[in-house]
Amino acid sequence: MDLAISVIVGFMILGALYAIHAKDLLSSVIACGIVGYSLVICFLLLKAPDLAIVQIVVDTITLIIMVAVVLDSSREESYSKPDTQGYITAITGLLIIVILLYFFAVSIQTLDVLGKSSLRMAEYYIEGAAQKTGSANLVTGVVFDFRGYDTMGEAVVLVTAVLGVLTILRLKGKK
Amino acid sequence: MKGMTIIVKKTTQLIAGMIFMYGIYIIVHGHLTPGGGFAGGVIVAGSFILVTLAYGGDFLKLVKEESGTTIIESLATIMVILIATAGFLFGTRVFFNNFLPKGVVGQLVSAGVLPLYNIFVGTEVAASIFIIFLSLIIFKEESPK
Repeated sequence: MDLAISVIVGFMILGALYAIHAKDLLSSVIACGIVGYSLVICFLLLKAPDLAIVQIVVDTITLIIMVAVVLDSSREESYSKPDTQGYITAITGLLIIVILLYFFAVSIQTLDVLGKSSLRMAEYYIEGAAQKTGSANLVTGVVFDFRGYDTMGEAVVLVTAVLGVLTILRLKGKK
Repeated sequence: MKGMTIIVKKTTQLIAGMIFMYGIYIIVHGHLTPGGGFAGGVIVAGSFILVTLAYGGDFLKLVKEESGTTIIESLATIMVILIATAGFLFGTRVFFNNFLPKGVVGQLVSAGVLPLYNIFVGTEVAASIFIIFLSLIIFKEESPK
């Protein structure tokens, strides 16, 4: 399974690189789709079907909206020659990447292998969760019962996002 | 924007209802099988988006649908918070208390209030996604050329 996930992650990296370097913006959007759908297969291999369903649906709808945007505006990426300011920005970005990679390498040594160990909190949730919440699906039991505040926050975040879209994008005033 | 070809329109007529019913199934069975309010809500919104894109037409006529969807979204969010607050009134006085009888694990009507949360969160997510899509197409038509 580790080999399969490694191959898929390599595929995702290829897709992401192509998305940056493609001349046509439409093929760039499709290459972003490669990343999303490969993530779906990763979730299925890691035994997380709930996440896989959400990811495949959200990715499809995002892809449709992005394709509509690209078809409606320009299909070619605007290109300008880099000047001094651009070089300074690129060097600063590279430095930040190196520093972040160093700290990531330091912190990752204390972590366990992905999915190999369950946390102390998680053990309490898993033991007899079906009797405690009455829900056969453990994920729903955790999301709506143990972590109810989290879910309410997510729902309110979605409402706030819609309010922002309705406020910012409206060009003509409402009567 | 004009609609798509007759092939797309006929296929949409055949499968849009099935996509809608599948979303409802995912929402209602959220406490038994993988899925739940968030996934099912996005699928329901997807069926509406499919119909709107396939048939096209004058998008400015959809302003009434937009305001209706706004009301549904706000009501669903308020219902989630009201059910959570109802936990204060019954049994242990805790926010998000599961006050209804749990029933038999594995049956459709079980798990107390969890299916209600699933249904209302699903309604809210579907309305949110559809509203963002509607506002994008309506505001583009409204904007001066």
